[in-house]
Amino acid sequence: MKIITGSDLRTGDVIWWTGEGWSRHVNDAVEAGEHTEAIIARENAKQIVTDTQVIEATVTDDGVRPAHIKDRIRALGPTVRLDLSLKPADPAAGNWVI
Amino acid sequence: MVEQNLRYRSDEPVSDPAVTVDAFADQNNATAVRIEPGDDARALLPHLDRIALVEVNFPAYTDGRGYSAARILREHGYAGELRAVGDVLLDQLSHMRRCGFDSFAPNQAISSEAADKAFATWPDVYQKTVDGRPAIWAKRHPA
Amino acid sequence: MYQYDSYDQSMVDARVAEFRGQVERRLAGDLTEDQFKPLRLKNGLYLQLHAYMLRVAVPYGTLNSRQMRMLGDIADKYDRGYGHFTTRQNIQYNWIKLEDAPDILADLASVEMHAIQTSGNCIRNTTSDQFAGAAADELVDPRPYAELLRQWSTFHPEFDYLPRKFKIAIIGSETDRAAMKLHDIGIQLVKNDAGEIGCRFYVGGGMGRTPMIAPVIGDFVSPLQMVSYAEACLRVYNRYGRRDNKYKARIKILVHEIGADEYRRQVEEEFAHILTLGLEPPAAELERIKGFFEQPGFDANASDELDLSDPDFALWVDQNVHAHKQPGYAIVNISLKPVGGIPGDATADQIRLMADLALAHSFDELRVTHAQNIVLPHVKKADLYGLWQKLDEAGLAAANLDLIGDIIACPGLDYCALANARSIPVAQKISNRFADLGRQRELGELKLKISGCINACGHHHAGHIGILGVDRKGVENYQLLLGGCEGADTSLGTITGPGFNEDGIVDAVEKATDVYLAQRAEGERFVDTYRRIGMAPFKEAIYAKEPANG
Repeated sequence: MKIITGSDLRTGDVIWWTGEGWSRHVNDAVEAGEHTEAIIARENAKQIVTDTQVIEATVTDDGVRPAHIKDRIRALGPTVRLDLSLKPADPAAGNWVI
Repeated sequence: MVEQNLRYRSDEPVSDPAVTVDAFADQNNATAVRIEPGDDARALLPHLDRIALVEVNFPAYTDGRGYSAARILREHGYAGELRAVGDVLLDQLSHMRRCGFDSFAPNQAISSEAADKAFATWPDVYQKTVDGRPAIWAKRHPA
Repeated sequence: MYQYDSYDQSMVDARVAEFRGQVERRLAGDLTEDQFKPLRLKNGLYLQLHAYMLRVAVPYGTLNSRQMRMLGDIADKYDRGYGHFTTRQNIQYNWIKLEDAPDILADLASVEMHAIQTSGNCIRNTTSDQFAGAAADELVDPRPYAELLRQWSTFHPEFDYLPRKFKIAIIGSETDRAAMKLHDIGIQLVKNDAGEIGCRFYVGGGMGRTPMIAPVIGDFVSPLQMVSYAEACLRVYNRYGRRDNKYKARIKILVHEIGADEYRRQVEEEFAHILTLGLEPPAAELERIKGFFEQPGFDANASDELDLSDPDFALWVDQNVHAHKQPGYAIVNISLKPVGGIPGDATADQIRLMADLALAHSFDELRVTHAQNIVLPHVKKADLYGLWQKLDEAGLAAANLDLIGDIIACPGLDYCALANARSIPVAQKISNRFADLGRQRELGELKLKISGCINACGHHHAGHIGILGVDRKGVENYQLLLGGCEGADTSLGTITGPGFNEDGIVDAVEKATDVYLAQRAEGERFVDTYRRIGMAPFKEAIYAKEPANG
């Protein structure tokens, strides 16, 4: 499926399009549908998101999984500092990236 | 669309259409010329005394060749109007002025108040260029 | 070290105000991201994988304790308690909020620091020898010239939109500790037979996609014409450097395509013209700047004696302490490469501790090195033991300078939006594999450098062993290079062959070191052996098929 991601303009946080707004958790991402350009143009204009892009992802047992390793690292956080990632309590979280 | 031109000269604007650098050499009566990024500004040096307007085109503001073109003309004594045209943005005005531009025809209008503020960005300057401002080193060591 | 006067201060203050305005315009929607991006980049603010990243300039790698302490405080106040020292002698913060950036710049300005031109297609922070003013082999102290270049290149109106970024390094010693020939401009201060100082300009070197060693363009430029000569070099580049392809836009491609002779001819022509314009700061300005770099008040009676009865201390002294030109003093290298650590990272507490130690023991001075370590340039030998104990307590006493554990690595795909593969996990695995210090010392000087993409921030071309991470159909893959070197005998590494996965590259590195140990002649470093015996024996070992079982 196709999902939309971007960065919070003010904080730089990685965010994902939920169909209604933006979430910091990739599992909240939804199929973006056919109107991605319109969504991106509208959201960019609100000055809340920047560097928006449409990326490939699949739905797995663990939730939404971006197709490319770069996007998985964006979704999780740096694999060398899991304490700062979205799963600080999971020492195996880095395996999800690979 | 009214073409905007921020102009910082007291003489009368030139109304002649600007011709290309190549055409200029063959047109003895032309007084206005337009430099594209790939043109060699030095090709104009033999003709400086008959030029009243040089337009330097910035098709994209990220292409900085026009800054060198402008300085070269001023360094060789060109005193006519030097106009930056095209993708000329507020945040580049100050540097352009320092390189000798004294008029600006931006694609997107810039208010003269905003332009004045941009020109005043730097209280001082580290380099001597062609705008007459003394470099900081000159102020530190007055002659 | 250099101190701002009111002019310098007003320039950085003006920059803070300008950037604050630009951020406000962006947040208000008056600037699009496309328009804002180059403006934030010129203040070192990137948008990376997880957040904004701020790169702070450390001019020619020199800091005082107040500045260093501020770097630690910024890590705590605006980031997540750590910073990353880079191969450009700068520091980067990985978790910055756009709305905080103007305040951070204001805090930096309060200690005479900034993030000016730490990114973008402009003249970047000038780098230099981390031992400047202290090294025993120094001919000329490069710092005053570096400061002159800093001021000249700051907000240079003609060179803010160059074809590509532009990096200058300047050194004044025989030994090149700044990879000077791998810069867009490398300047070596030399002396002629009459004892006069000259600037030897190397132009057109660089790493990245097409690594090149810079040829000499100006053999002996007067220091009082250095700025004019640099101006000429830049103007020719700005006018004729390629702009049709960003991968061919660095000055090295221009110099290569038209040839060093033709480039030199154009520079000389422009230089002759520029000399008529009076752009050069006067000798009095160079003298004024030199006044800030006079020798600190060394104790003339300081003793050279050192009690080396503590074996761990003795190892550290042997590996990390460098000869100082002043008797009784030493140059201390603080390795930011603990076993299994992240190369170049330091916590806010570590940064502040190093600041305190500099104030107490190094005449208030620190340096950042391009190998991502910290230097205390002027330490009394009598203070070394106490200093080492404090470093050791803080995890800063790794005795591995220039050994295989002293790995250079870019942030890679863990942080960087440009990266194709992760660098840090590879560095950590190699560091752990070679954790034994005795084994590292047995291997001797071995510079291992890792980049996570072809832009080569990790200097992989210049590593005795280099590693380049690439993206092979969405999977991280690592190429091995051998034989690169920086310094007087600069050379570029050669790729061994097909790439490896993460564990495979660690094994390949180990096999290469085994070949070296088996083949080295007396006194040879890894790179010397490689140069003597060539690639073949390494390749054979690295790609040898495992013997089949049974």
